Amino acid sequence: MSRPTLPVLDHAAAAAAFVSDADRTEWHDAALWWIRQRRDTAVADVPDWEALRTHASAIKEHTLTHLASYLEQFERMARAKGLQVHWARDAAEHNAIVHRLLAEAGATRLVKSKSMLTEECQLNPYLEARGIAVVDTDLGERIVQLREEPPSHIVMPAIHLQTADVGATFHEHLGTPATLVDPVALTRAARADLRARFLAADATLTGANFAVAETGGFVVCTNEGNADLGMALAPLHIASIGIEKIIPTARDLPVFLRLLARSATGQPQTVYTSHVHGPREGQVVHIILVDNGRTAQLARPSYWRSLKCIRCGACLNTCPVYRRSGGHSYGTTVPGPIGSVLAPGFDLAAHASLPFASTLCGSCTAVCPVHVDLDAQLLAWRADVVQAGHGSSRTRQATRVATQLLQRPALARALTPVLRLALRVLPRAVTRALSGGWGRGRTVPMPAAESFHAWWRARSDHEH
Amino acid sequence: MRDVVLFVPCFVDQFQPSAARSAVAVLERLGCRVHVAASASCCGQPPTNAGYNDDGEALLTRFEQAHVREVPGDAPVVVLSGSCAQHVRAHTTHDALRRRVQEFTAFLHDEIGLPALAALGATCPARVAVHIGCHALRGLGLAVPSERGPGSTVAPRNLVTAVLAQVHGLEVAPLTRPDECCGFGGTFALGEPELSTRMGTDRLRDMRRAKAEAVVTTDLSCALHLRAVAEANGAPLPMWHVAEVLDPARRLGRG
Repeated sequence: MSRPTLPVLDHAAAAAAFVSDADRTEWHDAALWWIRQRRDTAVADVPDWEALRTHASAIKEHTLTHLASYLEQFERMARAKGLQVHWARDAAEHNAIVHRLLAEAGATRLVKSKSMLTEECQLNPYLEARGIAVVDTDLGERIVQLREEPPSHIVMPAIHLQTADVGATFHEHLGTPATLVDPVALTRAARADLRARFLAADATLTGANFAVAETGGFVVCTNEGNADLGMALAPLHIASIGIEKIIPTARDLPVFLRLLARSATGQPQTVYTSHVHGPREGQVVHIILVDNGRTAQLARPSYWRSLKCIRCGACLNTCPVYRRSGGHSYGTTVPGPIGSVLAPGFDLAAHASLPFASTLCGSCTAVCPVHVDLDAQLLAWRADVVQAGHGSSRTRQATRVATQLLQRPALARALTPVLRLALRVLPRAVTRALSGGWGRGRTVPMPAAESFHAWWRARSDHEH
Repeated sequence: MRDVVLFVPCFVDQFQPSAARSAVAVLERLGCRVHVAASASCCGQPPTNAGYNDDGEALLTRFEQAHVREVPGDAPVVVLSGSCAQHVRAHTTHDALRRRVQEFTAFLHDEIGLPALAALGATCPARVAVHIGCHALRGLGLAVPSERGPGSTVAPRNLVTAVLAQVHGLEVAPLTRPDECCGFGGTFALGEPELSTRMGTDRLRDMRRAKAEAVVTTDLSCALHLRAVAEANGAPLPMWHVAEVLDPARRLGRG
């Protein structure tokens, strides 16, 4: 079952479509706000939270500035543990390696645990076109897979759906009664279906939350145990790991494990935190270390710090724009503030609207457990978008005129009475239209009868 | 008499000049000699936020020159907008000017002190919602944002409510989301109008749920947007700058 590739979207248009359904916007916002509040409470329980964030950020910055040597150390140690290591420059190489490994093992049934990297590489359609049956086993991922939709959140892939939507989907694909909307019953139905697929799988694919250079092992965090079940049952295990997931030592792990789940969902730990430090008997484990644009991002002075991201999703949950526009409005694998910083690096023209899909309120930066300065990077991308000629010509002209005018304050102030007169005499419909987007849902404000500067000048003249 | 330079942002100059007149009145009552740079117009934030850095830098340079040439050497530049103050602080390369720039409420709190504010004798019998602009909140630290609140090692503080506590009769209505963004975001309000107005509507609903009779804010840009949303929804709500509430000559609030 493939998912369509992500279309290039204009965020404003997609967000307007989402927000036109007031009720859906309401509960989407409420659901994510509830998660953010859980995060706030969980964070308050850790007295050294700020020190943890600072420490984690320092570890990540150190690793990223010494990435080559840590990657080589990881490869050496992993091989010494009997894990096979492959390198993929881009999505195409990654997908080809996965397919070759499956073909060599004669595997045709693959179970996957959640991996945003394989979403990024569009692995599922690639494999399905080659006769491999791919089943996503994370419940949220499974739901969106059945619906042939991309995930809308990196931690809660089906957060855009309500139980009725899930009930309808399961009725269609899993044969549950049409009236069934109880989450527990729906989860049981999904589990029963998935259990059979786990048992029949020839191979399993997981991502990794962290890969430890010192030990050559990696860690997978899930709340459902689906990654563990896949790893325990299938004779072939492929782990797709972005090269930015490397951390230096095992001692660094607890720093990130304490930050990750609290930031993501407000849990002290994920329910399952599984360490892979070698294949079990009778099993082969392959690791694919994937670049796919990461070294290019690392080379960008304004944006390299975005690679510190540990994919907790906290910036999505707190973002007032994401909460009301939904993940699909971004048209990217990773939506929200971090996605809007990462996506332009892949294709600036295609994602030119994303750095503007923010009020720059800065809450994303304030929650980020590894101190990614998201709002500053979003602002930096805006200048790059304009520089590259992807800005709108209307905005360009309006900005030019306004700047020229504001450069001559006396002239600008002399024109105010004209503007006031125009706003008074023109019909409302006309001023609304002339105000561009402002007039949609807002009244057009009227300048005051006397500006402050005019009053100040008159007062000063009077005093002298 | 201490010299103070008041910077009135372009939109306050045009759309809510009464707030700037109140700021002058408050500063003078507090014993300040107020100066205004006539050639200052805009700090350059809107073009910079839109990605037009050349235009933004040209306006910021103009702002810098105006305040260096026209006004006494080291006097604080008191900015009647957290958003503009934060922009200048973050983007100017003029170190001496950066040190001089302060947001109005923060200047009163840090430099004038609460006892002197209490002695102003301002009265505002009303239940108000406090809205601190996001740049003032997180960029200037006028309060500890909710996501940093309980777990923060920074001592919880809110300069704005501390200042407003010096106003007789004023009651602060507690909001369920104390510092949710209003949706203005400068050019965001124009680029994503549907989402922007939805955010404004949500913010206003929280304020009404708290039975607020008016909004007091550090940022009239947020207020410009919130007022326009409230009016379009057919339910106007007064929007006051902190300076207006502190001004003993203005009678705001019930009655």
